Amino acid sequence: MGSYKKILKVHAKDKGNLLEIIRDVQAREGYVSEAALSDIADYLDLSEAEVKGVASFYHFFSLQPRGRTTVYLDDSITSRLKGRSRVASAFEEEAGCRFGQVTADGAIGLFPASCIGMNDQEPAALINGLVFTDLTPDKARVIVRGLKNGKSIHELAEEMMPGRGQSELFRNMAALNIRQKGPVLFAPFETGSAVRKIASLNPGQVIDKIKCSTLLGRGGAGFPTGLKWEICRNQDGPKRFIFANADEGEPGTFKDRVILTEIPQLVFEGMAVAGYAVGAEEGILYLRAEYAYLRSHLEAVLDEMRRAGVLGKNIAGNRSFNFDVKIKMGAGAYICGEESALIESAEGKRGDPRDRPPYPVQVGYLGRPTTVNNVETLAAAARIIVEGACWFKTMGTIKSAGTKLLSVSGDCARPGVFEVEFGIRLEELLNLAGADRPSAVQVGGPSGTCVAPAGFNRKICFEDLATGGSVIIFGPGRDIFQVVENFMDFFIEESCGRCTPCRVGNTLMKLKLGKIIQGRGTKTDLRQLEELGKMIKATSRCGLGQSSPNPILTTMENFPELYQARLRPDADFAPDFDFAQALKPGCQAAGRECPETEHEDE
Amino acid sequence: MSEIKITIDGKTCSAKPGQTVLEAARNCGIYIPTLCHFEGLKPSGSCRICTVRINGRYAAACTQPAVEGMIIENAVPDIEEMRKELIEMLFVEGNHVCPACEKSGNCELQALAYRYEIFSPRFPFLFPKKEVDARTPKIYLDRNRCILCLRCVEKFRTADGKKIFAVTQRGLNSSIEIDKKLAARMSEDDARKAMDICPVGAILRKETGFVIPIGKRRFDHKPIGSEIEEGGGGRK
Repeated sequence: MGSYKKILKVHAKDKGNLLEIIRDVQAREGYVSEAALSDIADYLDLSEAEVKGVASFYHFFSLQPRGRTTVYLDDSITSRLKGRSRVASAFEEEAGCRFGQVTADGAIGLFPASCIGMNDQEPAALINGLVFTDLTPDKARVIVRGLKNGKSIHELAEEMMPGRGQSELFRNMAALNIRQKGPVLFAPFETGSAVRKIASLNPGQVIDKIKCSTLLGRGGAGFPTGLKWEICRNQDGPKRFIFANADEGEPGTFKDRVILTEIPQLVFEGMAVAGYAVGAEEGILYLRAEYAYLRSHLEAVLDEMRRAGVLGKNIAGNRSFNFDVKIKMGAGAYICGEESALIESAEGKRGDPRDRPPYPVQVGYLGRPTTVNNVETLAAAARIIVEGACWFKTMGTIKSAGTKLLSVSGDCARPGVFEVEFGIRLEELLNLAGADRPSAVQVGGPSGTCVAPAGFNRKICFEDLATGGSVIIFGPGRDIFQVVENFMDFFIEESCGRCTPCRVGNTLMKLKLGKIIQGRGTKTDLRQLEELGKMIKATSRCGLGQSSPNPILTTMENFPELYQARLRPDADFAPDFDFAQALKPGCQAAGRECPETEHEDE
Repeated sequence: MSEIKITIDGKTCSAKPGQTVLEAARNCGIYIPTLCHFEGLKPSGSCRICTVRINGRYAAACTQPAVEGMIIENAVPDIEEMRKELIEMLFVEGNHVCPACEKSGNCELQALAYRYEIFSPRFPFLFPKKEVDARTPKIYLDRNRCILCLRCVEKFRTADGKKIFAVTQRGLNSSIEIDKKLAARMSEDDARKAMDICPVGAILRKETGFVIPIGKRRFDHKPIGSEIEEGGGGRK
């Protein structure tokens, strides 16, 4: 008792520290008790209900014990296709509890997790913040037995995950799988060269350079970066902020993990460039909780850059150029990749997106104008400053200049990251990745498009197939409905619940889809499913709900034959409610003969 | 600053700078249905029933500032159908039993269902298990009827800014929590305000009920929205 109280005093009495405090309590106690909720509330002058609201919002916080060692096994579709269920069974058998439970002695808890950014080496798990990849049933047993025999999870990580990175600080890291280096990100870069280059320019000139390069946001939405910086700069008020969005949560994306492992200097320098351009002296890297193991490495890089004068005061000898970066951690929530939700989360709140307008560039972090850029965007900006806008525009397409770092996973020989020029045809990428006769490719993750072979000549760029970087390949014979159901489960799990269409509609779509998959659906159901999807897209409050119907809508469009094959040929309409099925438990309890049901139990 | 002119379903309306589309519409006698919106509170933009189409793009009228020249579609068939769907979603995600509810006749969700002539939702009922919280001295919180409009969350704060109501969980499990300690200090007047601000029957006062009999309640004789339309627009 009381051990968590010391944690409180480590943190300043600032409501903005709420996530950090809960995270430390969770790490120490394995959960956030009612007593802890109450003490945290008192410490930060919040109501207990508010603290509970935040603690119950994020995946990696829990109000019930999750075990001294907590296994979060990735539940993405790629993990499933690569043998997750056998790995999960091995964990369960060896630990002696089911997923969603903690062992009787409180030692080990088993829980599912949305994509943890290891899609090129699934099945993967986060165990007390450390990552274990390429899991097999045997490895799962070794881990649990090791823990039972008194080994620490760090020792096990040392044994099972050989260090392969540039830093000694996280030797137990995952493989990087950099399959193709391109000229923008993975080209030689001298730290400090970008800030030295802009020291003699005024902020307007820096913005002009970025505008001239036509750099578009790399997170997926593709907003012009230079314009974003300019709008932010033009706001009134003395203080502005730069955020690097390192909360890549779209299932199948892991390129930011590779960037932050190998070239964080480029990202931080890009932040300094952005800071100079918009007039911000503070930068915040919002790092997803799944990548917490990168934090000490990133802090060390920041220290190094401060010592080298690339961050700090009077950067490159320019007295009006002061900029530094701190790291804020997420706590597990896909929605926090949305820029206004990210800001809410950084302020220590639930990750509900905000209403826009006003946009974050107008009213953002702590009410100040705030620029939120993807880490890849910032890295590209630093390179543009050094090499020039014209150089950048020689690559890519007319509307999508430069290169894109793609995270490729699924059924292929060479999963990993590929830096390619925008405009690459999907089939070229599939060749690079060694994909053998794929039956479908998911471009842009669940919120993107499921492309059928007829569309493999399409191009990856903002004019055609836009993507934040996730490309998941499904080989011959894969069940597309299994993919779609997994993606819908993901959106149901990740919806913040703030607005009606996304909160309720995704579940209703999944039910309707289930009816069709089970062979109980008619063409009326198909039409209603499409209408419902369009309605959710039209009325949802943020990008999550505006794209959550895509797994169903894009497969209905690109794989219509799959849906048609499941429809009932004998009827135009069938009720959702299966009367006989509903009667079944009652009949069984009463020992009466059951009426015939239309479908069997799953 | 000068007046802003916008067009809603072909009718020209004027708005003051800073006014939302919803406010401008109401001043103009045009009813845009709402559920989470409450006069004087910061809009939460959560129910989405006020969705309109502005220059071809969808937006929530309650949060969207009016901008000169906007062409707005409001009571057009496809948008009205979407609103109907949203109302139906709210019915199936909860457990709403109107005949047994103290709020019947004063309930905005029920009134919207009447206005939109909903006899039975097109979606399957989800029959969720919800908890009733009766731990506080003056209020029952019946989550079966809650539509997560967030009015109570926004409205009730202590003098030092603490929230008395808050949202917990996420997604379909989202749930309103009432702070036990702070709620214990709520006055009779606050309890009455809390019940009145709730558009449905999720917040009820203890030890009092049916003060106004069924048949004499807000929406018993005139449909919701008619007070706005009688002021200028008129229903078709």
